[in-house]
Amino acid sequence: MRHILTATVMNEPGVLAHVANMFSARGFNIDSLVVGRTEDPNFSRMTIVVTADERTLDQVRKQLAKIVTVVKVRDYKETPYVSRDLMLIKLSAASSSRSEIIELAALFRGRVVDVGMSSLMVELSGEEEKLDAFVELVRPYGIRELARTGVIAMSRGAATNAAADEEVRTDQRPATARAAVRQPLSGKRQPTQQELEATPPG
Amino acid sequence: MSTSTSPIGAGANVPAAKTTSKAPHPVVAAPLHGAGSIVVENVAKATESTAGGLPVLGRPTGKTDRFNGMTGAQILLQMLLEHGVTDAFGYPGGAILPTFDQLYEKQLNFILVRHEQGAGHMADGYARATGKPGIVIVTSGPGATNTVTPLATAYMDSIPMIVFSGQVRSYLIGNDAFQEADVTGITRPVTKRNYLVKNVRDLPRIINEAFIIATTGRPGPVLVDLPVDVTTGKIEDAVDDTPYLPGYKIFKAGHSKMVKAAADLINASERPVLYVGGGAILSQAWPHVREIARKGNIPTTTTLLGLGAFDENSPLSLHMLGMHGSAYANYAVQESDCLIAVGARFDDRVTGNLKLFAPKAKIVHVDIDPSSISKNVKVDVPVVGDARLCLEEMLGLIESRPRSSWLAQVARWKAAFPFAYKDDTALSKPQAVIEAINKVTGGKAVFTTGVGQHQMWAAQFVRWSIPRSMITSGGLGTMGFGLPAAIGAQVGRPNELVIDIDGDASYIMTAMELATMSQYNLPVKVAILNNRFQGMVRQWQQLFYKGRFSHSEMVNPDFAAMAESFGIRGLRCHRKEDLIQCVEEMVNHPGPCVVDFLCETDENVYPMVASGKGLHEMELGIVGSAAPNSNREMGTLA
Ligand SMILES: Cc1ncc(C[n+]2csc(CCOP(=O)(O)OP(=O)(O)O)c2C)c(N)n1
Ligand SMILES: [Mg+2]
Repeated sequence: MRHILTATVMNEPGVLAHVANMFSARGFNIDSLVVGRTEDPNFSRMTIVVTADERTLDQVRKQLAKIVTVVKVRDYKETPYVSRDLMLIKLSAASSSRSEIIELAALFRGRVVDVGMSSLMVELSGEEEKLDAFVELVRPYGIRELARTGVIAMSRGAATNAAADEEVRTDQRPATARAAVRQPLSGKRQPTQQELEATPPG
Repeated sequence: MSTSTSPIGAGANVPAAKTTSKAPHPVVAAPLHGAGSIVVENVAKATESTAGGLPVLGRPTGKTDRFNGMTGAQILLQMLLEHGVTDAFGYPGGAILPTFDQLYEKQLNFILVRHEQGAGHMADGYARATGKPGIVIVTSGPGATNTVTPLATAYMDSIPMIVFSGQVRSYLIGNDAFQEADVTGITRPVTKRNYLVKNVRDLPRIINEAFIIATTGRPGPVLVDLPVDVTTGKIEDAVDDTPYLPGYKIFKAGHSKMVKAAADLINASERPVLYVGGGAILSQAWPHVREIARKGNIPTTTTLLGLGAFDENSPLSLHMLGMHGSAYANYAVQESDCLIAVGARFDDRVTGNLKLFAPKAKIVHVDIDPSSISKNVKVDVPVVGDARLCLEEMLGLIESRPRSSWLAQVARWKAAFPFAYKDDTALSKPQAVIEAINKVTGGKAVFTTGVGQHQMWAAQFVRWSIPRSMITSGGLGTMGFGLPAAIGAQVGRPNELVIDIDGDASYIMTAMELATMSQYNLPVKVAILNNRFQGMVRQWQQLFYKGRFSHSEMVNPDFAAMAESFGIRGLRCHRKEDLIQCVEEMVNHPGPCVVDFLCETDENVYPMVASGKGLHEMELGIVGSAAPNSNREMGTLA
């Protein structure tokens, strides 16, 4: 299964290396990993796409959370979310095929951002599948160069992923269970999802 | 922290939402604002309570001008003292000289080693023996890279340790300057956290963070890389030394619902087994382990790192389990209907073939690291938290039950399959040497080991009963660990008997530390089980490589004479009749002493679970010969 995770990380050198290293050292496969700035200059956000079964995903989540410079981990298994990938694609475009390509790009809500004597560059964003479909459609014209950013994602609704918000440390549980009650200061913590799932003895 | 001078009132019970992002170095892991799953103790709290019996922060933190006019090196020394550091290990060099200049006044007991690897293992041995973090100070480049093996060793076994390494001036970093190495890059996978300090103003905060990270939660090593301009640079006005760890989680008590579920499972079980690892030592959970075992009549086995957490003289003790564990521990685990893992991580040396592991058992796993849970073995009741706190709560819920038929079964296994060897050679059997050491000391000493057969025999033939008395490299299996770890343990516990039970090949990997032992007159005893082989390698080559002993035979120096050349008492024990006398002489010698025990070469460690086999499919070897009939299958005794 393909999963999207986001990790809010401290904005300092070495964090990316640490995360990348952890993935390779533990044999997890990354489909894509995107790092960028957030609303808070102290933190960056990584969006990681992995193909993994449930158990591996669980490990990936926990191992990410264990890294001291990783502040918050979230997966989108059970949350409605928006995801986007951005692509620049340079196509061979003889004058005969140019208008067809422009039309296709328009259909996909892409934009032509550069035109040469025999080439066209299209900018396109959207879900990965949409970009994949476009690539297949234009392949016959001849793809000269292609660059994609990889996926970024954000949950729908008012809930945020901000590093400093109140949910900072709820990353041990999938998002759905996270609407949980706040912790009384002296109280016992709530069980983790894993604990909840565990069958108490009969 | 409650007395913090931080402008935003670090430690006050304010939800840290939003405020954290505005303050430059805001609150430490903001107070318990976790919705839901995890208790992240306010670090102030976490530091009042202890990782190993020591306060982590010696004083409140916050915006302070107490460092004004001080250099980085002065700050480092002062803060080490404030954090309760009394001893450190290391080796100088150009890039760390500003710090060494501070050590000149001898406010710290500093041990000059002979190789930085030695410093690392000494700090590790010190930490395991005392529960305090081990401190290492080394220079840049080769000095720092020489600590990689000790860092990896400590990381695998979750040992609190901090390495301060010199680094070239920060403006030279990246230029391939003399003795420059990307030390944070090299050590990242083997540290819990590492830092390159870029500005002396960050140093106080980073030192506080380093101590917190090394000693709390699942402990581990931290490295702090110190460029020369940081250690020579001065702080001119107020800085904030409040730790800033927004991503750091410290699990404390387990969730009561899960503790209750675990207790219910245990109470309902007929054949429970406690399986106790190094985490029980790190969290000082051993009194609770013992009490739970006693109350519930629960047979208890430990891992290599858990040795000492349980009293092996108890009839409930199953001794060590796993690849070279006791037959009865392995049988009990395989027959158990409820396996309670405490601070253990289901390492492959413990479980054998995972598919065949504990097939009849429901599994309870108490661990502070959520990533350890269900990593290798699917757990039925996970309890995430500090082992001591979790067991404390569980203790009240455990019902007193006789479980007499299970205990009778365990007793039959114990009688039938004791650890054994045949004393049938002219030379001493290595096991006999360890038995003699155990006899003379009553197991009341701090032991360290190298890695190999002798390590396994030490685990099998010393009767462990005291926590922090077995110091050995479990996860990484680092040969050469024994001698420096013993030196570190002796520094930490100067009035106690410290014995390194070592292999000839392991010993010589770091034997230059004899000079350190001699210089500081540390009365460490070294018992070399000299089989003139990398015995464990020889065993595998004999069993799995048709006896082709490729590069495993050792041509050794005269170890006694070698010790003498360092000014250390060196003895030879070549006749098995002299064993007890030699051990007595070693133990009674007031100073450091090395004894070369000449041992039989062709001896193998049994029981042995070959790779791919289940625990119950172990080769019993000599251990099976004491069984009452020729039928050595566990089933026939059941
Ligand atoms: C640094 C290191 N290198 C290699 C090994 C692989 N290894 C494991 S045990 C062993 C032999 C140890 O020989 P010795 O110290 O004499 O102990 P013995 O098995 O003979 O008791 C070797 C080479 C290791 N564990 N550590
Ligand atoms: Mg040997």
